Amino acid sequence: MYRSLFSRDVFSELDRLQREIQESFDVSPSIRGLGRGGFPALNIGGTPQAVQIYAFAPGLDPAKLEVELDRGVLTIAGERPSELPASDDKAAVHINERFAGRFRRVVSLSDDLDPNGVTADYREGVLHIGIKRRESAQPRRISIQ
Amino acid sequence: MNDTTAVASSKTSVRNTPDTTSRELKRNDAAMMPPVDVIEDAAGITLRADLPGVGKDKLNLRVEADTLTIEGEVSIPTPEGMEASYAEVGLPRYRRVFTLSKELDTAKVAAEFRNGVLSLRIPKAEHAQPRRIEIKVS
Repeated sequence: MYRSLFSRDVFSELDRLQREIQESFDVSPSIRGLGRGGFPALNIGGTPQAVQIYAFAPGLDPAKLEVELDRGVLTIAGERPSELPASDDKAAVHINERFAGRFRRVVSLSDDLDPNGVTADYREGVLHIGIKRRESAQPRRISIQ
Repeated sequence: MNDTTAVASSKTSVRNTPDTTSRELKRNDAAMMPPVDVIEDAAGITLRADLPGVGKDKLNLRVEADTLTIEGEVSIPTPEGMEASYAEVGLPRYRRVFTLSKELDTAKVAAEFRNGVLSLRIPKAEHAQPRRIEIKVS
């Protein structure tokens, strides 16, 4: 692997190191890259009847959130405006860690989901999306005659 | 001789017990560090923290002497029997501690919590507000 001898940007080097460490743990990262550390953070869980997605996206206007489900690919997009003062204000920004700007997260879900059975709500800064599984994919008890 | 050492050691252990348990407790309730913005202007400091998933009653703000502690418990209703398959938010708790400086008026802290974003306004004490200093020219 070739790396510039002149790369002396400590932060990008640390980023690279962190990526390499993560990659060594995640055996096969998804084609959409390593999602960890992105905005919003995602938790995904499932029951036999539905898949639940929780996006930790505080401080957003739910009306401006775009949620799309297309062929088993879920996209969550939107924008979080910056709340920092303009640079000409007489204010000093001491810590600036909160995310600001446009975001888009794409997750590929299993294909047994019903695109008509999607519900979404936004509470306490968490966007919750519930997607039902298709009837045909749900476990059924087979009775023995 | 043996007896006294036994008594002494048991005494110290008794005295140490609460200490070690509290330390263990601290280690056990690991917490995430919420991202914050801290902005200072002439009249005070504004702090904003992202605490998604924390209910209003699960948010705990404390000012003790010169430390500010922000603590929140994540409480998200999940359907029964849900199995997590992927998690980026892996701990049910946020915690962050800041050391305040003495010119801040901790008695007048104002807090607002909306959509998972906490906004704190900590004004500077009256005497610490900026004053224009006259320069005398003789």
